[in-house]
Amino acid sequence: MLEVQGLSAGYGDAVALEDVSLTVPDKRIVAIVGANGAGKTTLIRTIAGIIRPWRGRILWHGRDIAGLPSHIVCNLGIGQVAEGRQVFPSLSVAENLDLGAMIPRARDSRAATFRRVLEMFPRLAERRGQAAGTLSGGEQQMLAIGRCLMGRPELILFDEPSLGLAPAVVQQVLETVRTLNAEGITCVLVEQNVAASLALSEVGYVLETGRVTLSGSGAELLADDRVRQAYLGL
Amino acid sequence: MRWVALAVLGAGLLAVPAVAGRYELSVLILVFQFVLMGQAWNVMMGYAGQLSLGHALYVGLGAYVPALLWLHLGVSPLIGVFAGMAAAMLAAGVIGWLGLRFGIEGVYFALLTIAFAEIARVAFDHLAITGGAGGLFLPVTPEGRASWWMLDGGPVFFYYLTLGLAAGATGVVAWLARSRFGFLWRAVRDDPVAAEALGVNLFRARMQAILVSAAMASVAGVVVAFYYRNLFPGQVFDMSRSLELILAPIIGGLGTVMGPVVGAALLTPAGEALAALVQELGLDAPGVKAVAYGLLLIAVIWVRPSGIWPWLAKRLGVS
Repeated sequence: MLEVQGLSAGYGDAVALEDVSLTVPDKRIVAIVGANGAGKTTLIRTIAGIIRPWRGRILWHGRDIAGLPSHIVCNLGIGQVAEGRQVFPSLSVAENLDLGAMIPRARDSRAATFRRVLEMFPRLAERRGQAAGTLSGGEQQMLAIGRCLMGRPELILFDEPSLGLAPAVVQQVLETVRTLNAEGITCVLVEQNVAASLALSEVGYVLETGRVTLSGSGAELLADDRVRQAYLGL
Repeated sequence: MRWVALAVLGAGLLAVPAVAGRYELSVLILVFQFVLMGQAWNVMMGYAGQLSLGHALYVGLGAYVPALLWLHLGVSPLIGVFAGMAAAMLAAGVIGWLGLRFGIEGVYFALLTIAFAEIARVAFDHLAITGGAGGLFLPVTPEGRASWWMLDGGPVFFYYLTLGLAAGATGVVAWLARSRFGFLWRAVRDDPVAAEALGVNLFRARMQAILVSAAMASVAGVVVAFYYRNLFPGQVFDMSRSLELILAPIIGGLGTVMGPVVGAALLTPAGEALAALVQELGLDAPGVKAVAYGLLLIAVIWVRPSGIWPWLAKRLGVS
């Protein structure tokens, strides 16, 4: 279980997160929704250890991991699919996947995980020798997810996985999140696609200017007037 | 096919001293030095994406430390080279630590590397043990008593020495590029944010590249010291030295194994030919070489921004 308690973080003097608390139960999908600049990406990056928090605790299986560097956080089983499908364009698909298994927890099982990921994404298997920069947007997103799986995470932080993808591909990505969750991986889903992500999630949090303003089950939030007005345009 | 070409090239290079005169050899020795220094810089900038404009510092330490050990303690430069390497790696470690720990990146990191090279220049200018601004001179052994153990010999000796070092450096880079190191470096260079998100230790990957680069550059320093046999801080640590050595890899192709080789093989003879031509014509034109290099750099970046080698390799079908 991941538990964030009273987390504050920012850049220089600018506050991006203020006193954020949330709970991610094991093997669930948790959605974090909010407008641009609400602090969603900062939250993901702080949990992942890329940004050092100012205050607060991040408990992972009861241990405070706030402020640990990202390579250690990764090795504790918290993977991240960063915003914008950041694949390495000059490396091949297979090399990109290999990079996901550099952390100690994943090294020994690299070959087995590699086969599993290619089974899961047959498109990647077809293009394993191709430079990642030549893949389509959807394929790159699959590669980014596959690469994250190579690190054998227990929890994956998804940052805007559907950003800039065609609607049909968006469905495919969300379907993948559901499949991974069914296989026992806890998912934290940060999305601008509010309706789809809340529909997918057991628990949701609404982030506004760095604070959690609403929380509840996905269905509750979808029915909430404030959410409907602010994010669904209803 | 590729191996045949390499073998032919190798055999040709080994046979050169049989036909070439002193002058041609001196130009080729210069080419090999630039290959060696270019490969060093290529590791750091080409593969790991860390911009250094102060590599003269590592070459300089690699020159001064073995020279001083030899002069004062009679230590062979073949042993002194490791002391020079240690000194260069220590300096690189400090610069790298400052840059990486405090998030000094890109041009700001480059400024840091310049600052350290400048500090070394000023410090060596005022240190008595290094001969200060007046320079450090390595006495030449009388003809006939020169020994390879003391890195003392004629042009043919230095031809083979620098050829070996340039080939060795190219081999090291070829191996690194395919190894786990090269693989991580390219990832960190392409997209540090994504690499970090995967749990790649950015600090470690970058630091490794910085240290390897400094160590390689320091080896070039030994040649500088024992081939020319005089060292002046104002020359050795000058910024123009740092800039000169980055031209070959940029023109040849950054982040490629053959780029620095092709760059140096084109640039150095062209520069020397131009200087000879200017002298032949009786013109007084100091700096003409720098202007020519500048123009060539602009031309290459304009026409082939990724360098000559990637384009050439495609034409030759060896990429």
